[in-house]
Amino acid sequence: MPKLKLNNVVKRFGENTVCSGVNLVVDQGQMVCLIGASGAGKSTLLRCINLLEPIEDGEIFIDGEDISIPGRNPQDVRARIGMVFQNFNLFPHMTALENAMLAPRRVRKLSKSQLQPEIENLFERFELADRMHNYPDQLSGGQQQRVAIVRALAMKPEVMLFDEITSALDPQLVGEVLDVLLQLKSQGMTMVLATHEMQFARQAADKVCFLKNGKIIEEGPPDQIFEAPKQVETQNFLARALK
Amino acid sequence: MVKLISIAAASFAFMATTALAGGHCAADKTLTEGKFTIATGNPAYYPWVMDDAPESGQGFEAAVAYAVANEMGFVAADVVWVRSSFDEAIQPGVKNFDVNMQQYSITAERDQVVDFSVPYYTAPMAVLVGAGATDTAATLEALKGLKWGAVGSTTAVQKIANTVKPTNDPLLYGDNADVNAAISANQIDAAMFDLPTALFLSAVMIEGSKVIGQFPSAESDNADQFGMLMEEGNSLKACVDEALTTITENGVLASIEAKWLQNTTGVPLIK
Amino acid sequence: MNNTKAAGQTRREKYEQHQRRRSMLIAATSTVLVLAALMIFVPMAPGWEKVQKSFFNAAVLTKTFPKLLDAFLVNVMIFVWSAPAIAILGLFIALARNAKSPALFPLRIFGATFTDVFRGVPVILTVYLIGFGIPGLGLPRPWNSPFIWGSLALVLTYSAYVAEIFRSGIDSVHPSQRSAALSLGLTELQVLRDVVLPQAIRNVVPSQMNMLIALQKDVSLLSFIGPVEIFRQAGVFKSLFANFTPYVGAAIIFLIVTIPATRYADYLMARQMRERR
Repeated sequence: MPKLKLNNVVKRFGENTVCSGVNLVVDQGQMVCLIGASGAGKSTLLRCINLLEPIEDGEIFIDGEDISIPGRNPQDVRARIGMVFQNFNLFPHMTALENAMLAPRRVRKLSKSQLQPEIENLFERFELADRMHNYPDQLSGGQQQRVAIVRALAMKPEVMLFDEITSALDPQLVGEVLDVLLQLKSQGMTMVLATHEMQFARQAADKVCFLKNGKIIEEGPPDQIFEAPKQVETQNFLARALK
Repeated sequence: MVKLISIAAASFAFMATTALAGGHCAADKTLTEGKFTIATGNPAYYPWVMDDAPESGQGFEAAVAYAVANEMGFVAADVVWVRSSFDEAIQPGVKNFDVNMQQYSITAERDQVVDFSVPYYTAPMAVLVGAGATDTAATLEALKGLKWGAVGSTTAVQKIANTVKPTNDPLLYGDNADVNAAISANQIDAAMFDLPTALFLSAVMIEGSKVIGQFPSAESDNADQFGMLMEEGNSLKACVDEALTTITENGVLASIEAKWLQNTTGVPLIK
Repeated sequence: MNNTKAAGQTRREKYEQHQRRRSMLIAATSTVLVLAALMIFVPMAPGWEKVQKSFFNAAVLTKTFPKLLDAFLVNVMIFVWSAPAIAILGLFIALARNAKSPALFPLRIFGATFTDVFRGVPVILTVYLIGFGIPGLGLPRPWNSPFIWGSLALVLTYSAYVAEIFRSGIDSVHPSQRSAALSLGLTELQVLRDVVLPQAIRNVVPSQMNMLIALQKDVSLLSFIGPVEIFRQAGVFKSLFANFTPYVGAAIIFLIVTIPATRYADYLMARQMRERR
């Protein structure tokens, strides 16, 4: 059974169709990269998976369970699916540690002292132990994004969604964040990334999907997509993106 | 009616006498030569001025005004009425009236800024109580326990503080209407006014209220005396004082007071 | 090249120092001139002596000032219990106006009506109507006290303004903060309490400081319905001494409190502007 499965997902904003029938299968432990031009629907698709946006048609399954039934309580789904955003979106009034503890305290109903060892361990794993008590505005962009990843991991998610998480970073800070992704992959995390980092997608992804106008035009292993794309649209996009 | 005629006749007689006695003592001293400009409140109330129309000569202050004017040698047509507020009148600066009559209590402090004529009325302070306190005895002892109110700009404030010395701090208001509202809302039991005002409020404004007592006006500590207010150093003062003294001595003032403020009787003295 | 540098200063530093000195000199000169003009010409005005005697009378001021301070404690008291009530009610109204669930629709209507009504009516009218009106319904003492109902009038009016400021603060929190919090599995209520409100409130602290300063002054409006606070006490003294100096004394007491508060609010505002940049 696939870990995550999208079946004919349709999302519209008014007249504007952003996802027009997306089918996607992600297996346990896979890293899937969504590529495509801005506005192709990558971000919206991730937000739909996390139920931040209700979908108009189609189904989304996790472990075979339909999580997209209209009216379903989204909180427990979101607790199982972590999400990291382009602009970090850390809570500015909390320290890094408090950022990471908020959701486990509220959702998993654990006390600060119960959580302390577990969360501190996460900060150590991602080399942020000395930054735990800093506020977001005292951290570099790369550090902030890694804290955001820790914050999502603190909920012990089964699937992680990454929405162009390096796009807002200075080039020299991109590496430290991508390293974290590799580390997560090696630990068997199931991940879906919307990304413009073609080089990274080519080296690290298990599967690459090319989106255009809210549809997956072509998908396959990175070698196939990057070396021998079948569709003209994919070829055109890659020709520009890899220039 | 007989009284009215006699007053009119008396006034006429005095006017004639003044004329015979040789001219206006007010000549060259009034705001407008040949006119006597008198200010009153806006609006002016019963029983001081009837129907807010001082020109009619009806009401205590309006009647006194015309009597004084006559005494000074002005005919009724020479009396000009203007309106002013309390604050306007005690501000430094040029006045737009010769005299101002709106129940100004004569006090030493005020006298430093403006001039007062000799008094034309000595008003006793009286206690007005709301419907819930009409049984209160007219004794200082009984009055202490009441919740008091007064208009903050009047000498009633000092009367309460120095004579009644109530247990609770009094509440103070901007004007009579607000004191009424507070009595009606039962926020205060009693309010201190001069007797004519108290009687008017009790009879006309506040349902169920009663004037339960008055302080002797002879209590010289702060018996309220109303005087005509003039600009500091006004040369007209001697003239006005003379006219007032004359109508006080010949009983004209007393008969005006009896006519317009006669219902001041029937309220017991506070012991 | 060397002759353009003096005492280790660059040309630019030297120039700027010169400019600074020049503008300070101009500011000082013009201030002195204006003050001198005021001190020379105002006393030359024909009414000055009268004005001085009735507005700036030292004897009256020394006699009345201690009692004015006593009366000011009444203002402080009313302020101290009104301000927290305003904060709580204001926040509640702001949340009511932002309520999204259909079940809470009546609350939204209530919130909107509340702000419309109490922002639309002058404070003094509300003080009169509530301060005399509600006790007039026949409440027993002490529940008809003008202190209670007058304070309530202030609380209602100020809550309406404070609510609008809170609402602007809530709107100023970027939607991505909500998304991030929701994506972690928090409920709407938790998002509001833990993420949105703390930021919203922090964003509007300077504006709310200005509301506090305004409230501090408007407490005096309660004098119209009975309480003898500083404005009324000054009025009593004005009548007693036929002198306006007590009002000047009251103004001085107000300024002693409001000037530091205003400066502090300005400082907070300026700091916030810097942080946003």
